[in-house]
Amino acid sequence: MEKERREEMKLEIESLSENEEFARVVIAVFLSRLDPTLEEIDDVKTAVSEAVTNAVIHGYQNGPGTIYIKAGIEGRLFTIEIQDTGAGIPDVGKAMEPMYTSDTTGERSGMGFSFMEAFMDEVEVTSALGKGTTVTMKKRIGE
Amino acid sequence: MQQETFTYEARGEILIIHLPKELDHHNCRNLRYETDLLLAENYVNKVIFDFSDTEFMDSSGIGVLMNRCKQMSMSGGKVAVCGAGSRVKRILTMGGVYHMVKNFDTKEAAIAD
Repeated sequence: MEKERREEMKLEIESLSENEEFARVVIAVFLSRLDPTLEEIDDVKTAVSEAVTNAVIHGYQNGPGTIYIKAGIEGRLFTIEIQDTGAGIPDVGKAMEPMYTSDTTGERSGMGFSFMEAFMDEVEVTSALGKGTTVTMKKRIGE
Repeated sequence: MQQETFTYEARGEILIIHLPKELDHHNCRNLRYETDLLLAENYVNKVIFDFSDTEFMDSSGIGVLMNRCKQMSMSGGKVAVCGAGSRVKRILTMGGVYHMVKNFDTKEAAIAD
């Protein structure tokens, strides 16, 4: 019987919008070890982009900060955790409602969490005001 | 990483925006700023977003597109989308964009409408 693959990686990046692309590309390369389909890669890239964008815009309010990313592979299960130590979300349930946004410029669609939920199998959000937010997402690859 | 840029093409009163390979929050900021300037300084009655080169897009693109729709509808103008591949189409569908915006396979078809 083939031994179950188990790997982990960590990435720490500054909260800069340039790093949204950097993060999703690094994660896509890590994910490629599971031999995913193009669609699965795009799904994960979109979900990562949404979570990192949330950290940049909401968590750190476009200011300085560090975003901590942990990804892991266990057999066919891919897990990713994206954490900021910024503003936090007052009401996670409300923030996850489709079209809800705390942004007042009208430029944000409020679809971030909906996209994460649509593209990943599981999405869990924990947040504390003034302490930050952690988004944990899971997806089975190739099943 | 290369700087992704937008190309703007004017055809009479139509503004065509050629979107880059990846459209996310980072480069949406430029898109918003440049498009607002162009709309403020020129008479435009139709904006066409050309996704022919776009391979990646997240919900940030939806926000910018929808806000341009609101702006254009206030001034009686139209917004259209063309050249979207299967990935972009999926994102636009999920974002509800096709309820407000017409989709065309080619730029020419979007111009002719």
